[in-house]
Amino acid sequence: MCALCGILGPANHWTDAAARPGVFTRNLDSLQRRRERLQRVACAQRVLSHYRLTLSDWQGTAYLLSTPTGKTEIVDNLTHLWAAAEKLLGRRCDPLDPAVINHLGPARG
Amino acid sequence: MAEFTPVNLVTGFLGSGKTTLLQRLLADPALGDTAVLINEFGEVGLDHHLLERIDETMVLLPSGCVCCTIRGELSEAIRDLHSRRERGEIPVFRRIVVESTGLADPFPILSTVQNDPVLTHHFRLGNVITTVDAVNGAGQLGRHPESVKQVAIADRLVLTKTDIADPVSVETLLRDVQRLNPSAPLWQTADRSLDVDLLLAHDHFALGDKAERPLRWFAEEVAAGRRSTATGRNRHGDSIRSFSLAFEGQLDWTMFGVWLTMLLHCHGEAVLRVKGILNVANSETPVAIHGVQRLVHPPIHMTAWPDDDRRSRLVFIVDGLERGSIERSLETFLGVIASPLPADAILAP
Repeated sequence: MCALCGILGPANHWTDAAARPGVFTRNLDSLQRRRERLQRVACAQRVLSHYRLTLSDWQGTAYLLSTPTGKTEIVDNLTHLWAAAEKLLGRRCDPLDPAVINHLGPARG
Repeated sequence: MAEFTPVNLVTGFLGSGKTTLLQRLLADPALGDTAVLINEFGEVGLDHHLLERIDETMVLLPSGCVCCTIRGELSEAIRDLHSRRERGEIPVFRRIVVESTGLADPFPILSTVQNDPVLTHHFRLGNVITTVDAVNGAGQLGRHPESVKQVAIADRLVLTKTDIADPVSVETLLRDVQRLNPSAPLWQTADRSLDVDLLLAHDHFALGDKAERPLRWFAEEVAAGRRSTATGRNRHGDSIRSFSLAFEGQLDWTMFGVWLTMLLHCHGEAVLRVKGILNVANSETPVAIHGVQRLVHPPIHMTAWPDDDRRSRLVFIVDGLERGSIERSLETFLGVIASPLPADAILAP
């Protein structure tokens, strides 16, 4: 927990796995970790744009998820992201939803 | 991951031979340094007496079914074993085996071990071993959804009592179990000796070691999942099916993470298992992923490709989801990132 703002530290998420022997991670150094977070924001943003939500990194420790009207949630990791998005939207975020798939465009290959 | 003590779960429906299997496993000298946690449902526990081993590394969790009432107690019991081991009060153990009640949903137990803030730094999940009773198994799979789930999430399956069951019904049950979970290696207790090493030691985390045997086994398990596609639905749990997907070329790890977390958030109850080998952009060797419902193990960076096939391969066991929609969704998500960023690309914050 941050001593200044009281925000709980992020839980250990598999996409953010700690650097341990044998484990695949992009958390090997601070630059790589930062780069991965920004890339994650960019990837998630492509999907979230379907719902008109905006995601941004917050101090390298959390993410801010906002609606067009400015309603904002702080999220720790990708799992919390989808729960927070559903809370802001009042509906489910389903990757199998044809509307989401159409929004993202044709499949690769 | 040698410093993390593996925690194995032995599950299976009531009377399916969990304690007998455990008794047999613990007799193996390779498992001499194993601590055992037994969860019993009912006022008078008997299973721990059947094991004929009462010592300080045997813990009984008697107050109810571990999956719904005493998850805190499970966590406390493992923490306590850990503290006593560190203080030198009990013999050093290198593995914990949890035997659940026959009615338990295995998922909360796995989730407790992986997500508990203390346990996560000292323990890791090992293989889940599910016993299936060859005499009563078919009936149990038909009547009790818990038993279907126990089979579907298993890493290793052991068909028990095959020596006293009718050979025809054993064959039928074998086919049903393999359709429910085609990628889990299956043993029959009656006709061959159990290889403790394959049953317990060859788990997801062994893929990050240098040994070749686990790599080969993992590839075989994924291949078994792929071969099963043609067998279709299972008559037990009609909506449960397994299928596999294969993708050419390298995939973007970050987008894959976005997709899988979104899928598991929305459909975690229905994705009983996902397992696979991924050809990740900017990585020479593959990454193994392994998930049970909403729980995903830390991804393992495999030391080598297990075979010549360089495609990403994923095996799913799902309840009610369509293969086509999962495949279309994943392909579309990955297609968004047509050219992954090179490893040395620097994005300005």
